Amino acid sequence: MSVQVWTYILVIASFILYIGIAIWSRAASTKDFYVAGGGVSPLANGLATAADWMSAASFISMAGIIAFAGYDGSVYLMGWTGGYVLLALLLAPYLRKFGKFTVPDFIGERYYSSTARIVAVLCALLVSFTYVAGQMRGVGVVFSRFLEVDVNTGVVIGMVIVLFYAVLGGMKGITYTQVAQYCVLIFAFMVPAIFISIQMTGNPVPQLGMGDTLADGSGTYLLDKLDGLSTELGFTAYTDGSKSRIDILAITLALMVGTAGLPHVIVRFFTVKRVRDARKSAGLALLFIAILYTAAPAVAVFAKTNMIETVRNQPYADMPAWFTKWEQTGLLTFTDRNGDGLVQYVQDPARNELVVDNDIMVLANPEIANLPAWVIALVAAGGLAAALSTAAGLLLVISSSISHDLIKNVFNPQLSEKRELWYARGAATLAVVVAGYFGINPPGFVAAVVALAFGLAAASFFPAILLGIFYKRMNSKGAVAGMITGISLMLFYMLKFKFGLFDGGKEAVPGLASQWWFGISPEGFGSVAMLVNFAVALVVNRFTPPPPERIQELVEDIRIPDAAPPPSGH
Amino acid sequence: MESGKAGKAVKARAYWRANLRLVGILLGIWALVSYGAGILFRDWLDQWAIGGFKLGFWFAQQGAIYVFVILIFVYVVLMNRLDRKFGYNTPDKNL
Repeated sequence: MSVQVWTYILVIASFILYIGIAIWSRAASTKDFYVAGGGVSPLANGLATAADWMSAASFISMAGIIAFAGYDGSVYLMGWTGGYVLLALLLAPYLRKFGKFTVPDFIGERYYSSTARIVAVLCALLVSFTYVAGQMRGVGVVFSRFLEVDVNTGVVIGMVIVLFYAVLGGMKGITYTQVAQYCVLIFAFMVPAIFISIQMTGNPVPQLGMGDTLADGSGTYLLDKLDGLSTELGFTAYTDGSKSRIDILAITLALMVGTAGLPHVIVRFFTVKRVRDARKSAGLALLFIAILYTAAPAVAVFAKTNMIETVRNQPYADMPAWFTKWEQTGLLTFTDRNGDGLVQYVQDPARNELVVDNDIMVLANPEIANLPAWVIALVAAGGLAAALSTAAGLLLVISSSISHDLIKNVFNPQLSEKRELWYARGAATLAVVVAGYFGINPPGFVAAVVALAFGLAAASFFPAILLGIFYKRMNSKGAVAGMITGISLMLFYMLKFKFGLFDGGKEAVPGLASQWWFGISPEGFGSVAMLVNFAVALVVNRFTPPPPERIQELVEDIRIPDAAPPPSGH
Repeated sequence: MESGKAGKAVKARAYWRANLRLVGILLGIWALVSYGAGILFRDWLDQWAIGGFKLGFWFAQQGAIYVFVILIFVYVVLMNRLDRKFGYNTPDKNL
């Protein structure tokens, strides 16, 4: 059977599975809709969190980015996993004990103010919308490449599927489809990785194959070979990298703290039964994520080596079928500058003839390695699972921010539960349509902003939540001042150095790199903005009155797990 | 009644201090493997190798992640023990 037929079979089968699960797990109450009734087991929550977390970016782009960045790619590996340690140790158990529905719920109650709640809602919407647009685009790209439908049709199909199970099932439907999606995506990622690892090093475990010797009997280590190839072509050695140390530190910190501050991740820990379940499911989530995150750098090394070997100084006329197929998508371009009919892939931009988009590496990897048709098709199903599961989680945050945090808690506290549930469904529908619109008409800045969403989360939520739990005297004025300064500073830095807004537009951006504050890139600036948030919050707090007695009691209460008597029916 | 309340508060403070100590130690290790081994001391660690991995590079792309997973599970086990010691956990039939 051809790749095309396999792809249709696997994609349609997985969609039927997701829809079936959604019908089986419909939401009946707002508690079902926002937190899946609060009775999800730690294992299911760990699986769902992992799927929720691993987006199209983790599945499709990350290994490719690492393949081109080498050591510098470590910022994503450490940054996007290390955040779970912060989440598990500093936030999840206490937020679970607090036991409401959303992150703005916590900020609003802990800081006893609607202003704080509204600022939190705006931050949540800003972070989630930028993130979700990228997911819908990912769905479109997978559809267009593997099923050969138009990118826009792909986005619309994706919208209908997500709409169906997010609107019908709410958090409950999303949780159980995400469990299935995790299984699909991890299988789809690992099968090709294992195949290629065996091919190149004879070691069936990709994580170990990466550090093993080549299977050709030469006794050379794979990484040494790749270092050699890279320097030969004028690049820095793969294991060396070229970013400055301070920038590596700043980006890693911003990604870690941003991960811990992302509302769609935090809210998952409201769905388990007890505080101890929240801790355990954070551990399980990271374990499931780590399977992909430790395999990704291996895939990067395999793919980069394979690619260089395939194209380097080879005649263009002899390029394999995948080369021409990706050329048609525009993600891979070849210009024969010196007219010798050979492909020159080198560091020097004046002589380089081949430009390869990051995103190709994972998607084309099975084809480059000549793997069977069903394995290639599996990657398409996996990419869709990754994009859809993340999109659904984000849509839920957007929907609950609007229906619960704004309509119910700010404008109309008398709202009946039934009406609120309808508002939640309406808000989810609206959010899908807006996300779909951005998927079809991507503003040029989507990809850039997705990376910066972490900076925004780090600069706004993390300090407010952390201080809310660990510093009893922290008051409302301090927290609000900190959040507003943090996120404004981050937005300013982003607009200045990522979009060149104050220096004449996009063209000015590369020239501005020398003016970066402390040599820190916009991607890493979230860590500076976070520190500023902390500083402002603490200073303002010092000069304003402490929070009321009942808030201090609330903080003492969330620090203690399960102080309440066991539930009845015992 | 009043003394019972005070006793509760003393217990809660002791629990919180033990919790902070544990979290502090674990986050120390967290920073050491990532910011330390993976970034700041990477060049120095690169003089050793495990298989084809230079050690600093290994920490940055593999080792730190393994340690993160272990850290959370150590936290889970030790916190459950602490909860039991302070009587904060309800008996659980499923485990």
